[in-house]
Amino acid sequence: MPDIVIIGAGPAGIRAAETLAEQRLPVTLVDEGERGGGQIYRRQPAGFRRSYASLYGSEAGKAKALHDTFDRLKARIDYRPNTLAWNIADNVLHTVTGAVARRLRFDAAILATGATDRLIPVDGWTTPGVYSLGAAQIALKAQACAIGGAVVFMGTGPLLYLVACQYVKAGARVAAVLDTSPLSARHQALPRLLTSRPGLALRGLRLILQLRSAGIPVETGITPLAIANDGANVTGLRYRSSSGEIEELACDAVGLGYHLRPETQLADLAGCALSFDETSRLWLPKTDPDGRASVAGLYLAGDGARIAGADAAEISGRLAAYAVLADLGHGVPESKRRALHRAARRLERFRLALAQAFPWPHWLAGEIADEVLVCRCEKISAGELRHAATTLGAAELNRAKAFSRVGMGRCQGRYCGTIAAEIVAATCGRPVDGVGRLRGQAPVKPLPLATTAEEAA
Amino acid sequence: MSFRRLAETERRAITFEVDGHAVAALEGDTYLTAIRIAGLALRRSEFGDGPRAGFCLMGACQDCWIWTQAGERLRACSTTAEAGTRLLTEPDAGMWPCPIS
Repeated sequence: MPDIVIIGAGPAGIRAAETLAEQRLPVTLVDEGERGGGQIYRRQPAGFRRSYASLYGSEAGKAKALHDTFDRLKARIDYRPNTLAWNIADNVLHTVTGAVARRLRFDAAILATGATDRLIPVDGWTTPGVYSLGAAQIALKAQACAIGGAVVFMGTGPLLYLVACQYVKAGARVAAVLDTSPLSARHQALPRLLTSRPGLALRGLRLILQLRSAGIPVETGITPLAIANDGANVTGLRYRSSSGEIEELACDAVGLGYHLRPETQLADLAGCALSFDETSRLWLPKTDPDGRASVAGLYLAGDGARIAGADAAEISGRLAAYAVLADLGHGVPESKRRALHRAARRLERFRLALAQAFPWPHWLAGEIADEVLVCRCEKISAGELRHAATTLGAAELNRAKAFSRVGMGRCQGRYCGTIAAEIVAATCGRPVDGVGRLRGQAPVKPLPLATTAEEAA
Repeated sequence: MSFRRLAETERRAITFEVDGHAVAALEGDTYLTAIRIAGLALRRSEFGDGPRAGFCLMGACQDCWIWTQAGERLRACSTTAEAGTRLLTEPDAGMWPCPIS
């Protein structure tokens, strides 16, 4: 029997595991989480009692269906919760569970590693009380908490409005929603949003109306300036409005996020080719429409391949599993596969329209003051990064990392990497794809020093 | 200022300690949640730029490290609080890496 491993137990990983298990193939599912579901359909801890409807709103049915599938599946596969996949090379996946390290040899691996928030530094963003947008949502979903008593959500993308609405509905006070995307971009993208996924586009519009009718200031086209603080607490937020006025707001917490970025480190370590995606200005693993990577035996699915959301993740998880089946010589239901491809193309049109409506504001790279910290882990400022790029001549990102230590800290560049590329590019007057990308490094997350036991599996 | 509870307040109350001070929690809280509810920070940046209190809540940013008295490092955002645990916001002296004071 072939050894098949799936990394990640979100919508993509669970649907891939389900599809393979249906064919009675042995599957190992590696999950950094505790109970499956991933981040989008993250489950609340045992003992919490909120309903699916209150936790997942319009997506409650999908969340429940995915959790039910996972619960049925768990006994039929080799499920490994609380397990970090920290390296992959030569058909071996390296994992650690607690302090126990294991090597998993595989014939086929589906990387369904998901995404993290994509961030742009702003003065004061390391103050306690400032969290990523995803974090703000996790606090609510998994802990029934708001990140503060008066929260500003700042950034861009659909998640900005979704999380703000979820906070309002749960009874939290939202001080404002500040979007860097200009209103004109949304107007231009609206026809494409409506034709590709009318239901979802209308739901998005309703979110904005709900915020407005709740009396919450919603601004577009803003430029973030600073998160005011007393060293230990957030006290307010300063921004420039679309008309150029400097505005100040009182708040005690900020949720920050500019879309998501895929977790591509494992694909990179496995030797998969990546290519630059003009729309998102991100480096994405190259795949065929079924999710096959450039390296034989490796497949990608979900937001870890490209940020297209949970529905697209379920589709790409199934497609990647079909690709594995086909490559192992099993039959694949062709009509189902074609239907999934059609659905995936429609969702891809929506992804492109969303990127037009809420563009990644790369132009802010030039606005970040020299003293603002870009790298939270190593305390490296924008000025130090610019110095590396110009005076030290590091017009390539990995070189700039070596000279400045930006991206070298414990988060491995997750939260500074994409903006660091924009800063180096803007400083050197190069296109951003001309400065390269941070190479993946193992371990992709810090391991306990006590991790020694390693057994062959 | 700090986290606010919006629901799920019927859980059993527990306490643990951070740097010798009692912190109240509810069963099912992560350490980060309880510490933020109490209005406290988690750790100080090794580089002297002030307190930190986590950032991503999904185990990716590593900005919420906290230590047990035995020297084990935890991610406060993804570790469920247990009654009676004694935590330190700085690793015990002699442990590596030591923060720069």
